[in-house]
Amino acid sequence: MLTETMAHEHPHGPAPGLMRWVLTTNHKDIGTLYLLFSLIMFLTGGCMALVIRAELFQPGLQLVQPEFFNQMTTMHGLIMVFGAVMPAFVGLANWMIPMMVGAPDMALPRMNNWSFWILPFAFSLMISTLFMEGGAPNFGWTFYAPLSTTYAPPSVTFFIFAVHMMGISSIMGAINIIATILNLRAPGMTMMKLPLFAWTWLITAFLLIAVMPVLAGVVTMMLMDIHFGTSFFDAAGGGDPVLFQHVFWFFGHPEVYIMILPAFGIISHIIPTFARKRLFGYASMVYATSSIAFLSFIVWAHHMFTVGMPLAGELFFMFSTMLIAVPTGVKVFNWVATMYRGSMTFETPMLFALAFVVLFSIGGFSGLMLAIAPVDFQYHDTYFVVAHFHYVLVPGAIFSIMAATYFWLPKWTGNYYNEQLGKWHFWLSFVGVNITFFPMHFIGLAGMPRRIPDYALQFADFNMVASVGAFLFGFSQLLFVYNIIRCVQGGYGAGNQVWEGAEGLEWTLPSPPPYHSFTTPPVLGDQREPI
Amino acid sequence: MSLARANRRLALRLGLAALLMFGFGFLLSPLYDVFCRVTGLNGKVTNIGAVDGGITVDKQRQVQVQFLAINNEGMPWRFDPEETQISVHPGEQRLAYFVALNPTSRAMVARAVPSIAPAEAASYLHKINCFCFESQALAGSESQRMPLVLMIDPALPAHIKTVTLSYTLFDITSKTVAQREARPESKGVSL
Repeated sequence: MLTETMAHEHPHGPAPGLMRWVLTTNHKDIGTLYLLFSLIMFLTGGCMALVIRAELFQPGLQLVQPEFFNQMTTMHGLIMVFGAVMPAFVGLANWMIPMMVGAPDMALPRMNNWSFWILPFAFSLMISTLFMEGGAPNFGWTFYAPLSTTYAPPSVTFFIFAVHMMGISSIMGAINIIATILNLRAPGMTMMKLPLFAWTWLITAFLLIAVMPVLAGVVTMMLMDIHFGTSFFDAAGGGDPVLFQHVFWFFGHPEVYIMILPAFGIISHIIPTFARKRLFGYASMVYATSSIAFLSFIVWAHHMFTVGMPLAGELFFMFSTMLIAVPTGVKVFNWVATMYRGSMTFETPMLFALAFVVLFSIGGFSGLMLAIAPVDFQYHDTYFVVAHFHYVLVPGAIFSIMAATYFWLPKWTGNYYNEQLGKWHFWLSFVGVNITFFPMHFIGLAGMPRRIPDYALQFADFNMVASVGAFLFGFSQLLFVYNIIRCVQGGYGAGNQVWEGAEGLEWTLPSPPPYHSFTTPPVLGDQREPI
Repeated sequence: MSLARANRRLALRLGLAALLMFGFGFLLSPLYDVFCRVTGLNGKVTNIGAVDGGITVDKQRQVQVQFLAINNEGMPWRFDPEETQISVHPGEQRLAYFVALNPTSRAMVARAVPSIAPAEAASYLHKINCFCFESQALAGSESQRMPLVLMIDPALPAHIKTVTLSYTLFDITSKTVAQREARPESKGVSL
């Protein structure tokens, strides 16, 4: 109903002026807003990472005080997780899912507008804590109580409200995506013909609905402990700080899959396109994704092997964590099998996708090492953990977002981006990422703890290398921004198909697609099975 | 129109699911306590209050009970067990004392939170009477002997020879004062 009213109000395209963006209920506009917001947050969080790496360039305190350093690590983590990666995936979902399933728009367009516009307020609130008395939150992005309650700066209350707001935004976004996929598919598109990006997002959306409220719950408990005299996490009043870690990681582990499952979907579109073969094992991809989502709910305590769990608990969480390697291995196998004897070309999206497969696997292997409970006692809270999760998030989630941007940018704008510049961006990023994060494995195994502004002298060389890599990676993102701006402004025109081997409903639309695509449902069947 | 109704119904259901999960987050707190009690994890003391009759003292066996007293960060009191280790027969009731001294010049309120190691022994330690049940107020420079009556259950597994009972002392002065000011008639914290 809402989509129809909207269609009557603007039959020929977007309203003029700035209010178009404030009032828009169009999935393409909102997708663009999400992606721009995510890019700004990515650059903001990236600047914070560079402050961290600049301070760690040499041992000793050079640039910032330890208090500010802690605020930087905390804000970098929070901004990258909740401000950069998650909104980027929601933006891609907004742009692509209606076009992929043959729908005119998202199922609940007005809620879509609302779920985006909460985000700038949430993050303004969060970033404003940097200028408050006592500084921004400084307890790490995992905000363990009682560090984040009894010993927190006063700004923690604003942090809690910011988390509430972004949680509401994510839940509304997830509801919208589920409703779109379940209710608005074109006739004939059965669930097992659904494009994989839509499938992985559907599962991600259910994860979001299951765990974002738990995050809201845990910050609410913190709020009550701080201001209303309860003792959820306060041992003096009969509470238990370990309870915090259980509740947090009950949210936290599905959260890390929220940040990677849509990436699996993206890669499952890009690799078949540039290998010019159909995806190997579509059904097994769907089942593997579902198994990963299910397993994510029973492995949370592998983040807390050192809290003093009984042996039975350590063993259960160790083996259930290792089990995740099986469906993940199925996925990696399927991608490699798709490329096997394919007619591969190496355009920028494919380069990023290939780097994703290799580097994400490295992150997966270090995850397996961390899953081994007895050795985790040594790795826990060292740079090895930092290396692990940056390998799965930067060349994992972030590379998939960049791959998706290059892959669909010609569809969105109607122009090809500059391929030469894209390749430069890729190679500089690829080299930069590895120079930054690979040495962290070694300094972690050698015992350097995370979240410290100063370190022992024996870690100096690898830290210097990592810092050089971080600046290389950080500044090469300017090429990405420049390439996008030039592509939006104009360029070599792209046809409907854009990429020779691409399949799916979105490639039947003109580039750029009309403001309202698929006002009448498309007919399936004149093409092969969608990937 | 049916599609709009279907969308709205689905959105409502999913919203309700999110609301239930919010409740579930809070439910994890009591569930965690129940889980710890059932499995005896975490060394939480669960057997408190008087013991039913009919328990025979096992004179053949001796168990060492060690006492630890720890001050939480920033707690200035002196807090020590009178004896650091006693030897008890399972089934026998024993009295032990802890001594607390408030060396500051102001009145303070403290609470001692117990923990038992090994955790397996937690469900076999009965505390008949304990100062840890209520908050302890001491005026400046005041000192107090605090009694503890305990009993080891004869069913304690044979391989456990030593049970450690540790108390951590928390300063809850500010919390108690804040609550008294908010509700003058209430008697301190009770959680």
